Amino acid sequence: MTRGVHDVGGLPDDQVDLSEHNYAPWEKRIDALLVLLAGKKQIMRVDELRRGIESLDIDAYNELSYYERWIASISKILVEKKLITSTELEDRMAKIATRKTLL
Amino acid sequence: MPHDHPHGPTIDAKRLAHYQCMAVAVQELLTEKGILTDKQIEATIKEMEARGPALGARMVARAWIDSNYKRRLLLDGSAAAEELGIPVDGTRLIVVENNETMHNLIVCTLCSCYPRNILGLPPDWYKKTAYRSRAVKEPRAILAEFGTFLPDSVTVRVHDSTADMRYLVLPTRPSGTEGWTEQRLIELVSRDSMIGVRTAKQAES
Amino acid sequence: MTTAFKLGDFVVVSNRDVRGHMRTPSYIRQKTGVIERLCGSFRNPETLAYGGNGLPKQPLYRVRFLQSHVWPDYKGTLTDTVDIEIYEHWLTPAS
Repeated sequence: MTRGVHDVGGLPDDQVDLSEHNYAPWEKRIDALLVLLAGKKQIMRVDELRRGIESLDIDAYNELSYYERWIASISKILVEKKLITSTELEDRMAKIATRKTLL
Repeated sequence: MPHDHPHGPTIDAKRLAHYQCMAVAVQELLTEKGILTDKQIEATIKEMEARGPALGARMVARAWIDSNYKRRLLLDGSAAAEELGIPVDGTRLIVVENNETMHNLIVCTLCSCYPRNILGLPPDWYKKTAYRSRAVKEPRAILAEFGTFLPDSVTVRVHDSTADMRYLVLPTRPSGTEGWTEQRLIELVSRDSMIGVRTAKQAES
Repeated sequence: MTTAFKLGDFVVVSNRDVRGHMRTPSYIRQKTGVIERLCGSFRNPETLAYGGNGLPKQPLYRVRFLQSHVWPDYKGTLTDTVDIEIYEHWLTPAS
């Protein structure tokens, strides 16, 4: 049976780490992006977000934080839908990386 | 050898910057293409920040003091939320009731489905694999890790939110709260009690 | 809405080995449960996830399973259960 990286029900795992963090502004921003794109804008479905996350390789799935997985998936889906191109995304990211602050 | 940190691996600043840059880039590109505006993003963040466990606590406390409301809540959670002025935006909410013989526990093994319109964004542990993997197979061990110990006379019912429903636990009303006002009862309703990992806070004697 | 199953029916979860996006966890495949409630009909996530329209809608059920049946080494009571939402095309009647 094919079992995706996300399909973890019943697998042995560690004790639950009860620590919590307050969501950072960049995490809220990614959350809002998805809420807008999947809600009001009807540009992508939450199902597509999930599929994008599930298609991460197992190391990326386990190493990336929650919203890192989200933005990796959102950008992949937007490229698929030809709303952005991977070249313009890479170019813009390179420009942003040289700025003193992110926004 | 990366530096060990007592709370887990250190954040790789470079990697963090990579995904933060990606988020900013996506937002800028979508804005320039007229697909969305910064104002809409800000408004959406504000809307989400307004959601939180206080909303669910109002529903629970109301159900504790009003048996007719409780009946409606268990029949149609979404309608009962809207009745209190809590917009659910199309979420189909199923409310499950704890009592002396039944304890309900909510998990999403495949991702992190959560009644975010009622409880806000989920806690970190709800989204991580330790909880998602184990809650469905060893719920009593998970409950014990949250300090919730149940005798065998209580049945544990796990709900795996795999599709279009979202779940909220109606915790058992603590003893010694007879005659309490709704406002006072609300204080006893924690987020975790509505996920089912803990019971409601006990009344201080 | 016509549905293949009704409240109280015993059903078996398919073991179809399909790739792609689906909302039926692997741990519940081939297990037998009972229909706990009908949730309505929803667009199919298996095509929605690839940009499709998810039509025709699929009836969605909540199916209740005994934990001791799902996990042979389950540590809990015989009455403990797990409830899962499953789309109709994953279910067949239990014989």
